[in-house]
Amino acid sequence: MFDKVLVANRGEIAVRILRTLREMGVAGVAVHSDVDSRALHVLSADEAVLLGEADPASSYLNVERIVQAALDTGAQAIHPGYGFLSENADFAARVEEAGLTFIGPPADVIARLGDKLTARRLLADAGVAVVPGMEVAARDLADLARAADAVGYPVLIKASSGGGGKGMRVVSSPEELTDAATAASSEASGAFGDGTIYLERYLDRPRHVEVQVLADSHGNLVHLFERECSIQRRHQKIIEETPSPALTPELRAAMGEAALVVARAAGYVNAGTVEFLLSPDGEFFFLEVNTRIQVEHPITEVTLGLDLVRHQVEIAAGGVLGLRQEELVPRGHAIECRIYAEDPAAGFLPSPGKVILCRPASGPGVRFDSGIYSGVDIPVSYDPILGKLIVWAEDRPAAMARMIRALRANVVLGVHTATELMLDILASAPFAEGETHTRFVEDHFGAWAPSEEGDLAAAVGYVSADLLGLGSEPAALGDEGGGWPSPWQTLGRWTLGS
Amino acid sequence: MPVLRSSVDPNSDEYKANFDHMAGLVERLREELTKAREDRSDRARARNAELGKLTVSERLDRVLDRNAPFLEIAPLAAWNMYDGRIHGAGSRAGIGVIQGREVLVSANDPMIKGGTIYPMGVKKTLRCQTIVMENRLPAVTLVDSGGAYLPMQSEIFPDIDDGGRVFYNQAIISKMNIPQITAVMGLCTAGGAYIPAMSDHVVHVKGTGAIFLGGPPLVKAATGEEVTAEELGGARLHCAESGVSDYFAEDDAMACDIIREIVANLPPQRKAEVARRAPVDPLYDPKEIWGVVPRSLSTPYDIREVMARLVDGSELLEFKRMYGPTLVCGWAHIHGYQVGILGNNGVLFSESALKATHFIQLCDRQGIPLVFLQNISGYIIGREYERAGITKDGHKMVAAVATATVPKLTVMCGQSFGAGNYGMCGRAYSPRFLWTWPNAQIGVMGAEEAAKVLITVKNDQLAREGQPPLPPEMEELIRGPVREAGEKEGNAYYSTANLWDDGIIDPAKTRDVLGLALSAALNAPLDQRDQGHATFRM
Repeated sequence: MFDKVLVANRGEIAVRILRTLREMGVAGVAVHSDVDSRALHVLSADEAVLLGEADPASSYLNVERIVQAALDTGAQAIHPGYGFLSENADFAARVEEAGLTFIGPPADVIARLGDKLTARRLLADAGVAVVPGMEVAARDLADLARAADAVGYPVLIKASSGGGGKGMRVVSSPEELTDAATAASSEASGAFGDGTIYLERYLDRPRHVEVQVLADSHGNLVHLFERECSIQRRHQKIIEETPSPALTPELRAAMGEAALVVARAAGYVNAGTVEFLLSPDGEFFFLEVNTRIQVEHPITEVTLGLDLVRHQVEIAAGGVLGLRQEELVPRGHAIECRIYAEDPAAGFLPSPGKVILCRPASGPGVRFDSGIYSGVDIPVSYDPILGKLIVWAEDRPAAMARMIRALRANVVLGVHTATELMLDILASAPFAEGETHTRFVEDHFGAWAPSEEGDLAAAVGYVSADLLGLGSEPAALGDEGGGWPSPWQTLGRWTLGS
Repeated sequence: MPVLRSSVDPNSDEYKANFDHMAGLVERLREELTKAREDRSDRARARNAELGKLTVSERLDRVLDRNAPFLEIAPLAAWNMYDGRIHGAGSRAGIGVIQGREVLVSANDPMIKGGTIYPMGVKKTLRCQTIVMENRLPAVTLVDSGGAYLPMQSEIFPDIDDGGRVFYNQAIISKMNIPQITAVMGLCTAGGAYIPAMSDHVVHVKGTGAIFLGGPPLVKAATGEEVTAEELGGARLHCAESGVSDYFAEDDAMACDIIREIVANLPPQRKAEVARRAPVDPLYDPKEIWGVVPRSLSTPYDIREVMARLVDGSELLEFKRMYGPTLVCGWAHIHGYQVGILGNNGVLFSESALKATHFIQLCDRQGIPLVFLQNISGYIIGREYERAGITKDGHKMVAAVATATVPKLTVMCGQSFGAGNYGMCGRAYSPRFLWTWPNAQIGVMGAEEAAKVLITVKNDQLAREGQPPLPPEMEELIRGPVREAGEKEGNAYYSTANLWDDGIIDPAKTRDVLGLALSAALNAPLDQRDQGHATFRM
């Protein structure tokens, strides 16, 4: 086992990984940008290394600085978390080249699965159903038009190296194709530096169901059942649950088996997620493989009683996976709500600022994975996720009721969040009936707006905080003269002899 | 602000030779610091572990915030003195952060002669108390000491700067409303009993911590009563019965945690307001100082090359650039804090002294902390200069330095000879902090000059007696020991052993050290300066 591991990420996922490392008796090294020097992941680590300025290219995407930080601190492995460099094959290769272990799949597996078209071809060959569509990138518009005619409208244009909804366009008729393709390609080019696009048949109101897999380097492989992530806003998942209300035991077994076929075909090692689209009539199509720990991994953890990060670390250290497929039986129902700093009254734009008060919900079956604490600043430079509220209960109705209680009790003041929208979704009839699909929010909450009176409890909280002076920091924390930090805050661990 | 442009070529042979030379000095410094921290006898280590105590390093780690700097004070005090193993004069002390609050922590090291107090230990304690008073830093003391080192008691007991002064200062510090928090983690005997007693908060560790005016051996000798240390002055007695201690701790770790709670409950500290900017790194890597500073102290170099590697953005607004050019003065920022910085570019002339006087007055009035970079062979001498009144111009500079009330920080960057040491804010001029580079030399004058003076004086005496002057081999008999003493007593380690400074530092760390010290210094309010007259243009 490793003595020391560097976590190349920030926010809640870095904190979550560091917690497991602490439990394993493995020292954890945090890395951070200058605006994150008092972030929770830095305070949770045994050591922290400043990477550079706030912009991700100087910090969390700075491959050389991160590798150097690992070498300097004597870390033997790097956990990439999710986002940032987690699915960057060049990074994984660079880490191994430096004599360190990358906690994730081998670089060539990431590269193969990272290109969606390559992945589609690979898995079509392995006999896994993929959404009907192009198997090579579009060379020109005529190419695209021919393909659209072949699979039949409506079609979905996608970016070859995309994700997060960028470069995606639904086209319902041939007349719209030219404009949509141009827009999608330029958006993809801006977001990923690669304007390559392709198209596939657009499935109307499919469900997004994914299967977690875990594979060691000795050929042992299990799937850890599904997560339903259909509740999305602008292609961004906001509420996830397991088990999926749509799966029959037969379908569950079939999708699990398909995920294993995918993982086997790709030569997969470590934790990964195979995403499928499930059509309303029960057909499922392979979508893509996420070669990293997922944001929503805790719902799998709580229904199976596992620590996925611990398994990731053990597998990376060459350990043998002790899990047997036939012994894995999920229990109860879990739901996760993602808490972002976003303003529902301003079109869900990111809402950075200072968290005045953070008091996580607690009680039976409640878990809050977060990267915040009272008084911390949420920088503008990164994904505005604050944390994830996860509940577990014996069945779906109990889990919904528990999530509603927990969301109400979960206090995050100082930044806007979409808690109210999630409460309304959880209390709605379509959600209760399990009619979750990827257009759920547009169909049922397209006209949703935050209530006009706002959150009265929060208002009382703000007034009390102001009266008690909780928002103002003591000057000794370095706020003297313009709010710039003192070197006591920015230098990190430092001595005359170091 | 104008940006300093370096003319040093990092590819030149000269630079590389300088760099390697300084790298060697810094490597040795690291070795000395490691030795001071870790050189303990196996017996002492075993005894400490047997008693269930944490080591001093572990106590400091536990009580201070993680991931924050620790600016150690005088880690090499008493270096090579006594038996050569009274590292750090028997204690570790420094400025660190507890619950976000800058504090001064000092801790006896019971693994060095049972934590007994040597003369230099008293001097270090008094120095720490001065830092506490001047900068209004809460004082956290971890006491674990067998009391005075009795064979040397005459040197540490009665004088104004001896042991008694420690308790006097504690009363004054308390009167100044500066918090004092003490943990009793070992013996506090006789005078040592007053360290907790004079504190605001006393944490007492069960089993190992004991406070009494007379220990069990003395009690037995005086009254015949047989009593254990725990019965005589243990945590339960003092927390439950005598009221000498305030907080009961099961062990060292718990005591450290309680201290953190106490600090968290202190009233918020308002720091002095000074001009701040967003901190930015210098354009040139501070480590290049290693290659900038010549190997020989007598080789002149442009102090601006050092400044360019210390200040934010390498920006310096120079004051009177064309006047008195042997002293560089200017405004700059370090870690975002505005400073007035002075550095030597040669011997001090009347013009340079007047320029310094003017500049120091301006900084003092504007509440701008002063940074002195000393590389000074002294004030100019000779008939022409005496006639022009160099002494009265030197007086102005020395008086301005002495009376300035803004925080002053001094770094010994090379030579520090004669009155130059005073004018450039040497130890006697109460800089808030003073550090020494490992290449620095200090003395009334250079060893060669001192030898020449002595030979001249001897020859004059011989001439008065009608004798011939000394032959060359006799001159060498005088020169040799003077040169030897100059080198021994003038070097950085002798300086730091005697607490003439707060520590030897790696020149590449000067910027961070200054930034930390500036922040610490601002815990004390700045005096509002109304001198009752205008600033005089000198």
